[in-house]
Amino acid sequence: MSEALIKMEGIDKRFPGVLALDQCEFELCAGEVHALVGENGAGKSTLMKIIGGIYRKDAGKIYLNGSEINVTNPRMAQDLGISIVHQELNLMPHLTVAQNIFIGREPRKQIPFMMDDKTANQGAKLLFDKLNLNLDPETKIANLTIAKQQMVEIAKALSFNAKILIMDEPTAALTDTEIEDLFTIIKQLRKNGVGIIHISHRLEELKLIADRVSVMRDGRMIDTLLTEEASIDKIISLMVGRTIYESEPELPENPSQEVVLDVRHLNRGKALRDVSFDIKKGEIVGFAGLMGAGRTEVARAIFGADGFSSGEIYIKGQSVQVKTPKDAVAYGIGYLSEDRKRYGLALGMDITENTSMACMGKFLRNLIWVDFKGTISKTKQVVEKLNIKTPKISQKVKFLSGGNQQKVVIGKWLTADTDILIFDEPTRGIDVGAKSEIYKLLNDLAERGKSIIMISSELPEILRMSHRVVVMCEGRVTGILSAHEMTQEKIMKLATMRNNKNQQNQIKVN
Amino acid sequence: MKNESLTTENLLRSDAMQRIMALSALIVLIIGFSIASPYFRTFDNMVGILLATSVNGVLALGATFVIITAGIDLSVGTVMTFSAVMTGVFITNMGIPIPLGVIGGILAGSFAGFSNGIMVSRMKIPPFIATLGMLYITKGLSLVISGLKPIYFNDTPLFREMAMGSIIGKVIPGLEVPNAVLILFGAAFLAHIILTRTILGRYTFAMGSNEEATRLSGVNVIAWKTAVYTLAGFFSGVGGILIAARLNSAQPALGAGYELDAIAAVVIGGTSLSGGEGSISGTIIGAFIISILTNGLRILSVPQEWQIVITGGIVIGAVFLDILRRRR
Repeated sequence: MSEALIKMEGIDKRFPGVLALDQCEFELCAGEVHALVGENGAGKSTLMKIIGGIYRKDAGKIYLNGSEINVTNPRMAQDLGISIVHQELNLMPHLTVAQNIFIGREPRKQIPFMMDDKTANQGAKLLFDKLNLNLDPETKIANLTIAKQQMVEIAKALSFNAKILIMDEPTAALTDTEIEDLFTIIKQLRKNGVGIIHISHRLEELKLIADRVSVMRDGRMIDTLLTEEASIDKIISLMVGRTIYESEPELPENPSQEVVLDVRHLNRGKALRDVSFDIKKGEIVGFAGLMGAGRTEVARAIFGADGFSSGEIYIKGQSVQVKTPKDAVAYGIGYLSEDRKRYGLALGMDITENTSMACMGKFLRNLIWVDFKGTISKTKQVVEKLNIKTPKISQKVKFLSGGNQQKVVIGKWLTADTDILIFDEPTRGIDVGAKSEIYKLLNDLAERGKSIIMISSELPEILRMSHRVVVMCEGRVTGILSAHEMTQEKIMKLATMRNNKNQQNQIKVN
Repeated sequence: MKNESLTTENLLRSDAMQRIMALSALIVLIIGFSIASPYFRTFDNMVGILLATSVNGVLALGATFVIITAGIDLSVGTVMTFSAVMTGVFITNMGIPIPLGVIGGILAGSFAGFSNGIMVSRMKIPPFIATLGMLYITKGLSLVISGLKPIYFNDTPLFREMAMGSIIGKVIPGLEVPNAVLILFGAAFLAHIILTRTILGRYTFAMGSNEEATRLSGVNVIAWKTAVYTLAGFFSGVGGILIAARLNSAQPALGAGYELDAIAAVVIGGTSLSGGEGSISGTIIGAFIISILTNGLRILSVPQEWQIVITGGIVIGAVFLDILRRRR
């Protein structure tokens, strides 16, 4: 490692009411992959946005190759060779791949204002060849998978001949093979002397890719370590500032044999093909599979959000018709979407309003009057029980951190007191500390006799939490494994079983 | 990897589909009315339809740009009137030569559009509110400036001639298509080139598709969005010239309601109100569907009140078809 490519000293950033960054130091060398970790809200993205010219620092200095710079807008950062791949994909879905890559610096014709799309397409093609990417420059972004869109983002960032590439959680939406492809590209860039800042919640992947790890907490830079000297436990304890109890499987007692939900032969086009499974009282059933395997589709079908063309659903032995989410709630099913901001919460409303939303009926007097005292006291209980960190229960949900928002969604269904809870990626984008609290909560719920479906793309989570796991691939259930027979390898094998014939290979337990 | 771009399903969902459906609807209307009424298919009536479409068509061009950015412009009708009144002031009241007066009128419209753009992009006022305000402001200003009375162009017959004369008729006798129609198609061609070939067009789509991503790509979103609203004002200005020439007067009380016809034309033509997609060809087809419907129903003696009801049905139907198309 040579001298610093970029160096930040004493960076402060203040948002109304909070000090988001407090005297942050950071350093990146050429040809280095520098991982940046920390819980949500620790200030990682804020720090990177300052380098990228999206936010302006309130104090401190930034040096690029030894000379001080003052980045005031994204364009300027690009010109200095600093590119960011943002956490949320920043693409224009209606435009083509090439149009996205060259947005803001379209190749022009001689005539003023006229674009030259042909040159753009050729340029994009060249770029993809260099990166070994198989992408068509003229495809619309909307027609690409998330992983491919991510690749477009990275290609775009690199097309600026970036010397510094910042990636904010680039692997969150990728499958394992896609992550490998991404790492191949990262290693190639590192060899070419590009400095890479890699923000991630997946600590195990840092070992594979990062040279150094910097840990942030509460807006401060806590420490920077060489990766080979840093154990994951050490990193976690730096992140949370306390030791959290770690990860041996924590299955509660075996559930009873009473079948609460029995789903039989659910079909809908290509999305759902003959999906059958059941779940017992007090049981946690994990749903594993690759992205697009149909897990969310199953959940939404059971919840009445999308409907299905054939199949039956039995709840406690009774055949039921779930046509709308309202029916589902009436039958005691609650659904916690993977995209809580879009489907789980009314962000502009406060905690009380959100928790009482799924069961307003319980708080009505004489059919029209809302019992506000009732909602408030109930919400107070929920906030206390779930340990939601908030200054007041009338806090608007949008001001809470990701983990606390997720707890509000859980609180909503606790208030509704549903027996069957479907958690879709309950810990996505949530930091380690909040994660273990949510695991504990799921176990508590199961112990109290709730039946839980947990859809998750993180296998360790599935292995740790589930009594049984249902594995899906291309809309089919390819296997159901019990706790003592599930291993990462078996699940991955089932998750990639792409053949129709394999249906008879289903392993049924019980 | 499956080849995803060539399946029938994708064609059905493509944004070209709405335009194909709109065009089919237009052809069905033309054939239907032609069979129902011999008068409908006369040359004079066809010219009448073209002329009737010219003003709304030009207004709809500007509205298309704004709607593709996921915005809305409610002021196109009254800005048109404002431009017409200003043109009257310049030419009739102040005696400025016609070409300069026309440019002045169009500039007045463009300035109103520019103000919309500043309010929306820099001051972050929601487009619905900003342009609603502009609707009232230009409506009021038109009345104030004109002193509530129409301004006639009786002393400058060439002004009327500009839109209502026929250059084509002079070249090919018998084919007396008014210049206003040429202006409509010329403006449409210009709009089409801007939308599909220039960076303004590209950023129009980009902002409608994902404004934040566009901003983070280093595009000066404030400036380009202002440009889009200014362009809408420009086309409203052209519309103002056309209507003043057609009526040989600037009618200060006219204009409210025109914005709705323009938006209807844009929507029928398949431009998405949620932004990111749309086309000039679709908008022109939409404008013709509205005026042919009005014309045909009038010929068939359907009362005017009912024509309005039917137009409403068509707008809702067009949007509903669009929603069906997008649904899985």
